[in-house]
Amino acid sequence: MSAKTLYEKLWSDHVVREEPDGTALIYIDRHLVHEVTSPQAFEGLKLAGRKPWRVSSIVATADHNTPTDRWEEGILDPVSRLQVETLDINIRETGALAYFPFRDARQGIIHVIGPENGAVLPGMTVVCGDSHTSTHGAFAAMAHGIGTSEVEHVLATQCLVQKKSKAMLVRVEGHLGKGVTAKDVALAIIGKIGTAGGTGYAMEFAGSAIRGLSMEGRMTLCNMAIEAGARLGLVALDEMTLDYLKDRSFSPRGADWDKAAAAWRGLRSDEGAVFDRTVELVAAEILPQVTWGTSPEMVVPITGRVPDPKKEADAAKREGMERALAYMGLQPEMPIQSIKIDKVFIGSCTNSRIEDLRQAAAVLEGRRKADNVRLALAVPGSGQVRRQAEAEGLDKIFIAAGFEWREPGCSMCLAMNADRLSPGERCASTSNRNFEGRQGPGGRTHLVSPAMAAAAAIAGHFADVRDIL
Amino acid sequence: MTFTGLVAPMDRNNVDTDAIIPKQFLKSIKRSGFGPNAFDEWRYLDHGEPGMDNSRRPLNPDFVLNQARYQGASILLARANFGCGSSREHAPWALADFGFKVILAESFADIFFNNCFKSGLLPLALPKADIDALFGLVEATPGFSLLVNLAEQTLLRSDGVAVPFQVDAFRKECLLNGWDDIGLTLRHADEIREFEARRQKRFPWLFAG
Repeated sequence: MSAKTLYEKLWSDHVVREEPDGTALIYIDRHLVHEVTSPQAFEGLKLAGRKPWRVSSIVATADHNTPTDRWEEGILDPVSRLQVETLDINIRETGALAYFPFRDARQGIIHVIGPENGAVLPGMTVVCGDSHTSTHGAFAAMAHGIGTSEVEHVLATQCLVQKKSKAMLVRVEGHLGKGVTAKDVALAIIGKIGTAGGTGYAMEFAGSAIRGLSMEGRMTLCNMAIEAGARLGLVALDEMTLDYLKDRSFSPRGADWDKAAAAWRGLRSDEGAVFDRTVELVAAEILPQVTWGTSPEMVVPITGRVPDPKKEADAAKREGMERALAYMGLQPEMPIQSIKIDKVFIGSCTNSRIEDLRQAAAVLEGRRKADNVRLALAVPGSGQVRRQAEAEGLDKIFIAAGFEWREPGCSMCLAMNADRLSPGERCASTSNRNFEGRQGPGGRTHLVSPAMAAAAAIAGHFADVRDIL
Repeated sequence: MTFTGLVAPMDRNNVDTDAIIPKQFLKSIKRSGFGPNAFDEWRYLDHGEPGMDNSRRPLNPDFVLNQARYQGASILLARANFGCGSSREHAPWALADFGFKVILAESFADIFFNNCFKSGLLPLALPKADIDALFGLVEATPGFSLLVNLAEQTLLRSDGVAVPFQVDAFRKECLLNGWDDIGLTLRHADEIREFEARRQKRFPWLFAG
């Protein structure tokens, strides 16, 4: 039997049928649902008179529109409220394995609550009407975002029509330096291959530096695979994967756990498996990263400077850089550490898990945000993360440092609720996209790790976290 | 599908779905009506929110789709990695509602590309040289249009040059015949049920609840 990549194994395990041209019907094990991309799908299903295929595959929550403070007041924006209430109704009518509505103790960002409840398991296919579904590849699951029509398709048929992607291996060998996190690895990879570098690929992360990452770190990395253009991210299963999942609410128990763990053992690329493309990075060369532009590929190390478009030979790229600098209000050759910030956001499906909060708190402990930082938000990814952090006293560290300690949700990552930047405001953000207007119209986003966001909060400008730790 | 469409250029890489339809409009629970807010932040001088009367808002005269010569365009000419970012299908819905039928680009982001076919929008990736040539022609030729022939897989330029394009055979059939994807899949319902039963036997923990 020829050596197979992890992706090939997951793919072939889910093929219901395949046409001669490679178009395949792929079975979906887990369907994650949130309020923004599902209403039209439920409506479409109803209008066509179709029944959902397997409601026990559905795990749902409201996260994008929900406020992160004053929960007792409910959702003030009537348009947001209608969307969240529509999800309430749709799930009540349809059913689900689990629904964590607004204000539920286990509510949170869909990509945080799925794994923490053991609702995402190795070997699964996982889909959601959300591009950051790639997060779940950290558990050796084939997980990717879909559009609303495909949400309806999965509801109706438990399947998707797909063609197999190519396989890419991103290998990172060695030890990451002090203060360098999974987020920095993700940004360094995107800086190297570009935001379209992974287009058409399933991207597996491997190498000693990846094996050394926690499950939280692996989720951060796979989460950002979509920002590299990849269809999905993957990390092979190991003991750490099993340790994380054991005894979580929806994880198999007893004899089922042993059987499952045995079945999952093979979820890794075989020795000698052939990838269509391989990219290699040396862990020790990766420094803390900061984006300077309006695409995640516009990124430099904290020791660097804003690049000069004049030095870019490609005309389309040069114009893109000039446009980005104008939008971001930056000059070529400015040292990154000279860029002052107005707001700090620690949160999002990329960086709102307990380890992220611990890393930020380690930097903030005994320190206080600079006066020019108008607002610093710490938004845990879920109710469970929030309670865990509070049990560890992290909330007190954030609050003492001048942060607001909020309720869970997507929050200022995409600013669908009230948490947002005002025009011209500059933010050190642990989220995943620095697109124009992403965090609020005219807002200026710099993507960083939680530790780097904390360092920037203290300094009032971007600062090298390695000097603080 | 054969039609002649006016071509509008959008000369930038990485046009993301946040730009195509900003997040405040995703609060809608409907599938239609996104066209007036397509490219909202670039297109208008003020800040748009749901429920505004868009016909009274000040247009940004510098935004390419506001220029007189591109009014009525149904083909959008773009650069690399068009549609990157969020999986929101509201992006192709907005483009289709705006009046676009075809998007030409050097490359597309994966999820957006998929979503287009579900919204009756045809995304075509062309070699950079073809895209460069089209940008030149659009710039130089007011009213520049293309005859799109999906069955033949060609774009006929007004100067008589035919540009061939590739499209997945299955997707082409779906578009040409207006097939319902879900209906097609449900023709295999028995196979799905058999697969599911086998899977449940092997991995019962996947079917808990």
